[in-house]
Amino acid sequence: MFNYYIKLAFKSFKRNPILSLLMVTAIALGIGASMTTITVNYLMSANPIPHKSEQLFHIQVDSWDPNNPFNDDDDALPNQLTWTDATNLTHAKKALRQSAMSMSGAIIEPQGSESKPFEASIRLAYTDFFAMFDVPFLYGGPWDNNSDSNREQVVVLSKRTNESVFGGENSIGKDIVIAGRHFQVVGVIDTWEVMPKFYDVNNGPFNETEELFMPFSLKEDLELPNWGNNSCWKSPDGEGYAAFLRSECINTQMWVELPNAQAEADYLDFLNNYVRSQKELGRFPRPLHNRLNDVMEWMERQEVVEEDAKMMMWLSFMFLLVCLLNTIGLLLAKFTGKSSEIGLRLAVGASKADVFKQHIVETACIGLVGGVAGLGLTLVGLQGIKSLYGDFVDDLATLDASMIVVALVIALVSSIAAGLYPTWRACNISPASQLKNQ
Amino acid sequence: MKQSQPQTSTNWELGPILRAMLRNKVGAILIALQIAITMTIIVNSVYIIVERNKDMQRDSGIDNENSFYLTSVGFGENFNVPNTVEEDLTMLRALPGVIDAIQTNAVPNSNSGWSMGLKTQSGVEHDAVGTAVYMVDDHGVNALDVEIIAGENFAPSDISLRTVGQVDWPNKTIITKAMAENLFPDINYADVVGKTVYINDIDPMVVVGIIDKLQAPWVNWSNVENVMLSPERQSFKGSRYFIRTEPGMRDTLMNQVEELLANSNNQRLIKGMRSIEETRERSYRGHTAMIKILTTVMVILTIVTALGIVGLASFSVNQRKKQIGTRRALGATQGTIIRYFMFENFLISSIGVLLGAVLTVILNVILVNAFGLDRLDWFYIPIGMLVLWLVGQAAVFGPAKKAANIPPALATRTV
Repeated sequence: MFNYYIKLAFKSFKRNPILSLLMVTAIALGIGASMTTITVNYLMSANPIPHKSEQLFHIQVDSWDPNNPFNDDDDALPNQLTWTDATNLTHAKKALRQSAMSMSGAIIEPQGSESKPFEASIRLAYTDFFAMFDVPFLYGGPWDNNSDSNREQVVVLSKRTNESVFGGENSIGKDIVIAGRHFQVVGVIDTWEVMPKFYDVNNGPFNETEELFMPFSLKEDLELPNWGNNSCWKSPDGEGYAAFLRSECINTQMWVELPNAQAEADYLDFLNNYVRSQKELGRFPRPLHNRLNDVMEWMERQEVVEEDAKMMMWLSFMFLLVCLLNTIGLLLAKFTGKSSEIGLRLAVGASKADVFKQHIVETACIGLVGGVAGLGLTLVGLQGIKSLYGDFVDDLATLDASMIVVALVIALVSSIAAGLYPTWRACNISPASQLKNQ
Repeated sequence: MKQSQPQTSTNWELGPILRAMLRNKVGAILIALQIAITMTIIVNSVYIIVERNKDMQRDSGIDNENSFYLTSVGFGENFNVPNTVEEDLTMLRALPGVIDAIQTNAVPNSNSGWSMGLKTQSGVEHDAVGTAVYMVDDHGVNALDVEIIAGENFAPSDISLRTVGQVDWPNKTIITKAMAENLFPDINYADVVGKTVYINDIDPMVVVGIIDKLQAPWVNWSNVENVMLSPERQSFKGSRYFIRTEPGMRDTLMNQVEELLANSNNQRLIKGMRSIEETRERSYRGHTAMIKILTTVMVILTIVTALGIVGLASFSVNQRKKQIGTRRALGATQGTIIRYFMFENFLISSIGVLLGAVLTVILNVILVNAFGLDRLDWFYIPIGMLVLWLVGQAAVFGPAKKAANIPPALATRTV
């Protein structure tokens, strides 16, 4: 029976090609617009590390100005930590894993005449960074705890850096000149692009992973520049780099891994006690207020999804609504045009349920064709987004399998919803009135 | 209102139209709703586009077309920053076609820079006014193409050298007119010259000059015109040079300067060379994209709505072929038939645009609350209503014409 209804649906398409085409186009446009914006929002709000996003926490402590909160928001806490606090907290080792981290950059001078010196971005971190975030390694592995505490000049390279400096070969143990110093390569990571780049959203949530990783403790020795965001409520006590590092300026992120709720509660206690002990030293002039944010809470708090993207999504839903209203109107017209045919079918013994099924199948067919065409338009839309926003959205504008399913489901559900009223009207035709005119 | 003129020579046929509409309520409601939502989206979109365009048209203060910048990063052990900067600037300023060149810590509209707070009274307890900081020497005013409208420029002897991690500030500053008015709202900007302001809560700086206009690096900052100039060169590993050229010389000079700097010293690399035009294009890319997307949405939406009207009207013409033929046979002119459909659409559209006006305001309030947009100017609404009326009338004209062409003879045939 189902196949027969599909056959009837296509017959009906042919009989009224313009109306049918209009409906398919309307649904396709609505689906195309909404899927484009849904995809961008979905990728912006994606969970970058789903298997342990609830065990990783970004730490916030209120180290700010006694006279003014960090920003106008009542609940506001500084979005980064001071170098001093991040270092102290990492050294306390009260979590399963922990790492202070910040962004820097330096010039790499490749040995050999053919390649020129180039500037590379650096992620300064502790060894736990790699295990905490499950960073995949191509060669070697993270440096060990001793390298952190002894401030050894060791480095982990990104795959691309390893390619440009060592031609992609296994470079473990080799020497590389960074910031004028000799470093030993201990590891090369495989391609690792987290989207969003949750561990440092202050400096661009959709930026690429850094090109080098080195022990955070080297920041002080090498006086590495601060590439990321730096905010101060009070100027450093004294001149020079060391005074800057020890100032109340915030420029460091801090992540910990806490496997369960108990560990989380314990860590917050520890954190509060730490701040109390710092208060005795005359720091932390504001009321005690500290917070642990898991990955998704942190993404939410830092408003990683662009407002423009959200606004576009709501507008595109309204657009889809217009397209559906359009479809309802056209279906109504189409089915009214079929009144005499429906009357005939009812007269020769079809039940209302049969007529209902037949027309729901017909609208579902229109929805499906519209959905498929809409997917095509989504691809066009995403290409458009890429060309408008440039490289940084490349990974934000790709369709995956689940989005394709979502598109078809939306197309099907919305077209069937649009078809309900016209179908109901169609099967309530009284056969007699229709047959009279024949 | 036209409804009140049934007695005039033209019979608008309000009664028959309303009775016909009531028999097909749903069709009319659907069209009205489509028009209402379309109007809501279009009016709000146009408003967003106009606002974004206004942002992009604001004057940056600098010579957008003829300025560029680059960064020189030293890496050799013997790399001496102050000497290199002095040599570089002497060389750049002497190049034919270069109007002026400076070393600066940040570039207007580039989205990355320094900010500080200035106070009119010394002490942590007083409120500060946030400002962007550009560290420049006595050539800054000329290179940035700004005009001193009160007071004077820095003298060469005012220029100090800032080192990494330095905390204190020079004792002179030049601020924009906007900054002067934000700091001292009660006095004329020209009288701000000679006043002392405090940086780092307590360190005094005397305002020696006021410049007309200069934007901060952050284009979306609400106080984008709060800017101060500090008389300093910088002894940082990376030196940023900002160069203003004579009209038409920029592109030639960009290539030339990059090569000259790279060859003059092999202990450094030159990076991040970019024109102000390109920088602004990047900083406003979100705005440009939003404008293009909204324009596309508006066009497609109008077409969809118009096609919907065409579809439904054609259908209703087909349905009423026999009645139309009969009316024609009874003496109705083609004009009467066209007017019937046009007026029917006008009535439906009127309901649609009235509802649309309400929805437009509701959506605007939502956008204001959720996304911090500005309140819609009232005149967008009547214009939006008028446009959608016209769209409706244009869409229905084709089917109405077709209806008018139905021959009276049709009435005599059985369909």
